[in-house]
Amino acid sequence: MLIFGIPIQLFSTQIMLGLINGAFYAILSLGLAIIFGLLNIVNFAHGAFYMLGAFGALLMLDHLGINYWAALAIVPLVVGLLGCVIERFVLRWIYDLDHLYGMILTFGMGLVIVGIFRNMYGATGLAYSMPPGLQGGFNLGFMYLPASRAFVIVASVIVCLATWVAIEKTRVGSWLRAATEKPQLTEAFGINVPLLITLTYGFGVALAAFAGVLAAPIFSVNPMMGSDLIIVVFAVVVIGGMGSISGAILTGFMLGLVEGLTKVFWPQASSTVIFVIMAIVLLVRPAGLFGKQA
Amino acid sequence: MMQKNIPASSDAAAPLGMSRTHLVLMLVLAALVVVSPFTLYPLFVVKVLCFALFALSLNLMLGNLGLLSFGHAAYFGMSSYAAAHAAKVFGFTPELAILFGVLVALALGAVIGALAVRRKGIYFAMVTLAFAQMIYFFSLQAPFTGGEDGIQQVPRGNLFGLFSLRDDMALYALVAVVFLLGVLALYRITYSPFGQILRSIRDNEARAISLGYRVNGYKWLAFVLGAGFAGLAGSMKAIAFQLASLTDVYWGMSGEVVLMALIGGMGTFFGPIVGAALVVWMQNELASFGAWVTIVQGLVFMFCILAFRKGILGAVGQLLGRKV
Repeated sequence: MLIFGIPIQLFSTQIMLGLINGAFYAILSLGLAIIFGLLNIVNFAHGAFYMLGAFGALLMLDHLGINYWAALAIVPLVVGLLGCVIERFVLRWIYDLDHLYGMILTFGMGLVIVGIFRNMYGATGLAYSMPPGLQGGFNLGFMYLPASRAFVIVASVIVCLATWVAIEKTRVGSWLRAATEKPQLTEAFGINVPLLITLTYGFGVALAAFAGVLAAPIFSVNPMMGSDLIIVVFAVVVIGGMGSISGAILTGFMLGLVEGLTKVFWPQASSTVIFVIMAIVLLVRPAGLFGKQA
Repeated sequence: MMQKNIPASSDAAAPLGMSRTHLVLMLVLAALVVVSPFTLYPLFVVKVLCFALFALSLNLMLGNLGLLSFGHAAYFGMSSYAAAHAAKVFGFTPELAILFGVLVALALGAVIGALAVRRKGIYFAMVTLAFAQMIYFFSLQAPFTGGEDGIQQVPRGNLFGLFSLRDDMALYALVAVVFLLGVLALYRITYSPFGQILRSIRDNEARAISLGYRVNGYKWLAFVLGAGFAGLAGSMKAIAFQLASLTDVYWGMSGEVVLMALIGGMGTFFGPIVGAALVVWMQNELASFGAWVTIVQGLVFMFCILAFRKGILGAVGQLLGRKV
């Protein structure tokens, strides 16, 4: 069977790969958006925390025998705690400064984290053995869907939706939204905003680590894995605008899909298509698809 | 807002409108450029001068407009590819190859700048970074860049078809002259009425608009000029080291040049030169320690942001009570 002259097998496989990339874009840009909303910091170290997540899963399996499923819960928790500590002792000093300083500071932080892992594990990739529950796959008739990849998409959709519900529909989420709009006023209502900020950074970073654990079995685990990805995620964030949680999620999946489609029709352009879309969005709607017009 | 940035020059009577402090600094700089190849390894100084010009080109926007072009390596790297290709494949003489590199950087800066100035602040940084990454992916695939190998064994050629640059000192003389001219040009731009308008946009954009300035046009021109000088630095580096490679378009290079401006003092004119010398020296010293360079750079970044935002020359200026 052919779609636009292309075998449906190839077509659907690329769409699936695109959705997987989109899942990572969505989780990472979601974390960036939450952090930026409250802290006004573009967390350049986000890619490093994603890498930490993948290495965390790998090291726990190798040294402690902790399996993938446990790592999915433990690693984000540990990395999130690390994020809380970093917020408390490093980031807190620069909130009064121009936002650029936050970006440069976290850039430096990312360099340090990645550098440490490059010293210890070199620049080549390490393999994370596929957890038993994710081996095999489903034959859908028109394509073969590996269980590991299906799981990544399902898990990321669930995490994104849960985050959206937590922020838009719960009490703590309402505090977060209030503090994002008017921190001083929120504090006047007796809400501990500094604590909220610490937890928010921890949560955003934990999301990145969760994405890293998801990535461990399907990509090779190496110290640089987050460094190029985070810049693409910046483009995603510019396209979506950082103002909206659902916007970040939708834009992430959408762009992954577009990237997958480009791979079908014009493979050479697939690594640049997101940047081209960014250029078009800047021309047509500079504030981003979901951003508030500035 | 950004910390105190490049102040206006006060004494208009001095040459090029320099204050006495700046005149002294300019003379010291020129003296250093003349003397250093006799005491240091000339090619090391060439590297410092190329990166110093690169860092100054970044600071044209950062210091005066408060806008960070976080993908500045795109212009540096692309122009070094262009110059290397022109010298090696087209057989251009070095001055034409460098000119060609600068033109490519200007054109690239004109396109990316027109898009980037549509966003402000932190988004501007992200947009420029993302476009630079696009240029990197393009360089990775394009046939003329040589992929992972880069363009190697670029001929230095004969300047104006007459003077051979094979000798390191001859090459040094060329780089030194271009560097000093570049510094003078950038100085003149910074303290021209155009530079004043850039700083007024930085300090109060709404007011600049209400006074009738087309601020996006000014930002764009500053961006294009910055890209052009980055291109000058990149082209010279390609000719001098006979190599254009992916390292020069990668985001790591963009980060390094930000570090140079930051260490030296982005609120000063001469600071990026000091920063460039320090960073290049540090890389030389740490070259054999692998990823430690990255770790040290990261730590220096963090230290500068947390505790040393004025940078070296900014701190010196504060001590002396003068604008440096």
